[in-house]
Amino acid sequence: MMDYAPLILTFKLSLITTGFLLILSIPLAYWLAYTKSGIKPVVETLVSMPLVLPPTVLGFYLLVSFSPSNSFGAWLNETFGLSLLFSFEGLVFASILYSLPFMVQPIQSGFSGLSPSLKEAAYVLGKSKWNTLINVLLPNMKSSLLTGIVLAFAHTIGEFGLVLMIGGNIPGKTKVASIAIYDEVEALNYGLANHYSLILFAITFTILLLVYLTNGGYLKRFWK
Amino acid sequence: MIDIEIHKTLGSSVGSLKLQIETSLVQGSFTTIFGVSGSGKTSMLRILAGLLALEKGKITFNDNVWLDTSRNINLKPQQRKIGFVFQDYALFPNMTVRENLLYACAKNSDRKIIDELIEIMELRDLQNRKSEMLSGGQKQRVAIARALVNKPLLLMLDEPLAALDISLRRKLQDYLLEIHKQYKLTTLMVSHDASEIIKMSERVLVLDQGIISKDLTPVELFSSGEVSGKFKFSGELIEIVKQDFVTILSILIGNDLIKVVADEEEIEGLRIGDKVLVASKAFNPIIKKID
Repeated sequence: MMDYAPLILTFKLSLITTGFLLILSIPLAYWLAYTKSGIKPVVETLVSMPLVLPPTVLGFYLLVSFSPSNSFGAWLNETFGLSLLFSFEGLVFASILYSLPFMVQPIQSGFSGLSPSLKEAAYVLGKSKWNTLINVLLPNMKSSLLTGIVLAFAHTIGEFGLVLMIGGNIPGKTKVASIAIYDEVEALNYGLANHYSLILFAITFTILLLVYLTNGGYLKRFWK
Repeated sequence: MIDIEIHKTLGSSVGSLKLQIETSLVQGSFTTIFGVSGSGKTSMLRILAGLLALEKGKITFNDNVWLDTSRNINLKPQQRKIGFVFQDYALFPNMTVRENLLYACAKNSDRKIIDELIEIMELRDLQNRKSEMLSGGQKQRVAIARALVNKPLLLMLDEPLAALDISLRRKLQDYLLEIHKQYKLTTLMVSHDASEIIKMSERVLVLDQGIISKDLTPVELFSSGEVSGKFKFSGELIEIVKQDFVTILSILIGNDLIKVVADEEEIEGLRIGDKVLVASKAFNPIIKKID
């Protein structure tokens, strides 16, 4: 019998992660796109690290630092009552780090792709930086935002190594779909593993297809 | 009165350029900045707008200090109350023509001016179009209208008409002049076009290597004072054709190609591509209205 809880958990995790990432990435990408600061290359490198680092490396360090026997982990536990190890909150935190480049990079190139005079024109018209960001910059880079949102969402769905390292396999709490598939294969339940896999495949395919259709303007033409 | 004192070192592809400008603009005047590319024209406008920081300088508009590096005052572009027309128009693509103007309009200010500007710039039929759907000349009209919505103290235009064809350019020049007078603007424009400069401005500042090398009227700039001809044009020599006894020169004046008979003495030292002055004394030209 197929248990839908891992699938629901996966989408819950992806949705929450994407939401946090969007709020976090817009200011970060804005800073990266416009700053002349010397530490920009360092920050850019750090943001891109999850692209090349094995998820287990990130997972390992998070495991060590979240551990209550570690001072940081203990501090989190004492101050906020947060235990990030083997918990859903921990997964969200780790996913945010893990999917950061997938959100930041498209948005950063979106900012860089806008003509600088757009921003300057708004300033000259008396508009604040915040007003310009909301009314001029962001609305003119919708496709970059969409790409970032979807890539981060899809990438979080595909997470495996990191979850395994710090989430463990607690049903309803940290057992996401990718872990469930691994579980079923280990138990030689190939049929069930296939069900989970097919559903993940179909959903991620649909999401990505929708992005390419939207960014390519196909949908607009179709609706006309 | 706008008093300007600018000291700024600009890094460019051909090395650094020291911008050193000291001048003042009379309120209500129309001034053109003229000079080869890389002479610092755009930078000067950007500094006045507050878009480019500088090491040392002072800019005051009447009693209003916009910038004074010695007193650490530097008003943001938002606080300077200026209009700026960018070379690439910089219309907001996510908004329609009308929305571009509405967005520009400061809170609690009279929106009547939007309809007024739409009328003057003949944008009525275009007002609900997205700015991306407009032609170059239409975008230009919107950009100028948008720059005027807040009745700026100083209007700056960075080669606003350079990309347009001649007939459209003439029309936009008329619009600009009308608006300059109607709203009693102080206008500063960058331009390369002699006829445009003569038609529009009262004063030309020639920028050369970051310094104002000449400060004169357009007529003084474009006519060399040596010939006392009543009738003179400057143009470019296109062709020299020698016939039996005479030589015929083809000269491009503005958009018109004219042929002039010249004698041996006159063509001495002339080469194709030279800038020449065509002048005539003591004859009565025929004036006829065209189109």
